[in-house]
Amino acid sequence: MSDEIQNDGYDQAIEAIGAGEPYALECPNGHHSMPPRRVCPECGESELEEVDIPTSGELLTYNVTHVPTPDFADDVPFVLGIAEFGGVRLTGRVQADAEEVEVGIPVELGLGESETTERPLITFDLA
Amino acid sequence: MSPPHIAGVGMTTFGKVPERTGRDLFAEAGSTAIEDAGIDRDDIDALYVGNFMGELSENQGHMGPLMAKAIGLDVPATRVESACASGGMAVRQGVKDVRNGEADVVLVSGVERMHNMGTAGATGGLSVAADDLWEIRQGITFPGAYALMAQRYFEVHGGDREDLAHVAVKNHANAANNPLAQYQSEISVEKVLDAPPVAMPMGLFDSSPITDGAAAALLVSEEYAEENGLDTPVAITGTGQGTDNLALAERDSLVWTPATRDAGQEAYDDAGIATDNVDFVEVHDCFTIAEVLALEGLGFYEEGEGITAARDGETTADGDLPVNLSGGLKAKGHPVGATGVAQITEMTKLFRGDHVNSDRVEDASVGLTHNAGGTVASAVVHVLEVAE
Repeated sequence: MSDEIQNDGYDQAIEAIGAGEPYALECPNGHHSMPPRRVCPECGESELEEVDIPTSGELLTYNVTHVPTPDFADDVPFVLGIAEFGGVRLTGRVQADAEEVEVGIPVELGLGESETTERPLITFDLA
Repeated sequence: MSPPHIAGVGMTTFGKVPERTGRDLFAEAGSTAIEDAGIDRDDIDALYVGNFMGELSENQGHMGPLMAKAIGLDVPATRVESACASGGMAVRQGVKDVRNGEADVVLVSGVERMHNMGTAGATGGLSVAADDLWEIRQGITFPGAYALMAQRYFEVHGGDREDLAHVAVKNHANAANNPLAQYQSEISVEKVLDAPPVAMPMGLFDSSPITDGAAAALLVSEEYAEENGLDTPVAITGTGQGTDNLALAERDSLVWTPATRDAGQEAYDDAGIATDNVDFVEVHDCFTIAEVLALEGLGFYEEGEGITAARDGETTADGDLPVNLSGGLKAKGHPVGATGVAQITEMTKLFRGDHVNSDRVEDASVGLTHNAGGTVASAVVHVLEVAE
């Protein structure tokens, strides 16, 4: 990790993704969310438990970003997607050219880094 | 509890004026609204200013008192921030103040300076309306976020980029003769489809532009209007607000906006009307897909059926439900914090008869404005009616 100020909760979850052991938070009513959370965003329950999520998932949607924020100036063009892993959805970089990507394809959750800032980045590799 | 009446409106010409400060843009719009109302500025009880990213664009926070003094006011003045819904939320605060008797005259306004940030700077600035940890750090932009929604919509409900292109074509046509609009020119479906990519499937002409501008409206109580002999033909009879997760991935659906539904339902109930009673609307078309999602969330179309509305001519100026007669965010321009107020100022003029497109709504009595923040994590809806 970088020497930037840490974001407790987020950093650990990102490290877990990098280690191939991703998790989400689950409330007693079965709602999932990503840390840091003290309260379930859906129902307000405060007993949140870390639960493992699979690393294999399905791509629900994607875009091909050509006009980036400054932090991704050297990354474009890139494919950004939302994928679902055992009921938990994440936003991440699809590690493929646009022509290879379509909604519904299987993807593998991992961790990479921005080419511009070298900050950690959630990645979806084509399965 | 009588509804607030709109006594005066003002709006700068939306466009590219990077050298103009936020305070100068605001002062023009605010002064125009006061002049339009023809009231004594000493009667103003409060000021609300919608602004999203003054800290990022011109290193300026604390805009309430700054803007009050920019037009010579010494009244309680508060900035309201809710991303691109900041303006609509400022209107809502003023509506509440007048309705609950706290104030008789409230100036509601919005302002945004964007061009001085450049395209990359503005893209980065706007992105902070998303979830920093789980979206911005993964490279999301707002064109990109709406592209994710559009791509999913195509998958779930069908439709394509050509359907969406008709939304842009319609809104440009509506703005063609609007002297305050940023783009006063018609475009073709081909031009939209062939435009440079921003975040596909959103191209340059699917996207509202970067805009500098401000808008303001004077809300007055019915009693104040009567006592002062003001001609205030338009009243705000309903208001509603909705909330959702910032992160798209943390929502149940990527193609349905519950915040819009909730804001709309509250506003309909508040005004005592139903969707069927609405004659025309101004909705938050920051991207072409956004107009579709807004029309569905507000109940004008079933889920999955709004994408053909513009193509089929149902929402064009001569359609059954004219949508964005001002040109919308797409062609009128989208100075983000000002947009929700500009929807009110344009609709007021459409009703009053002094808008270039007023002849499209000569017999109309009920209008609705819809202003959204982020990917509709915030939504605010107002119902405007011709006063009795």
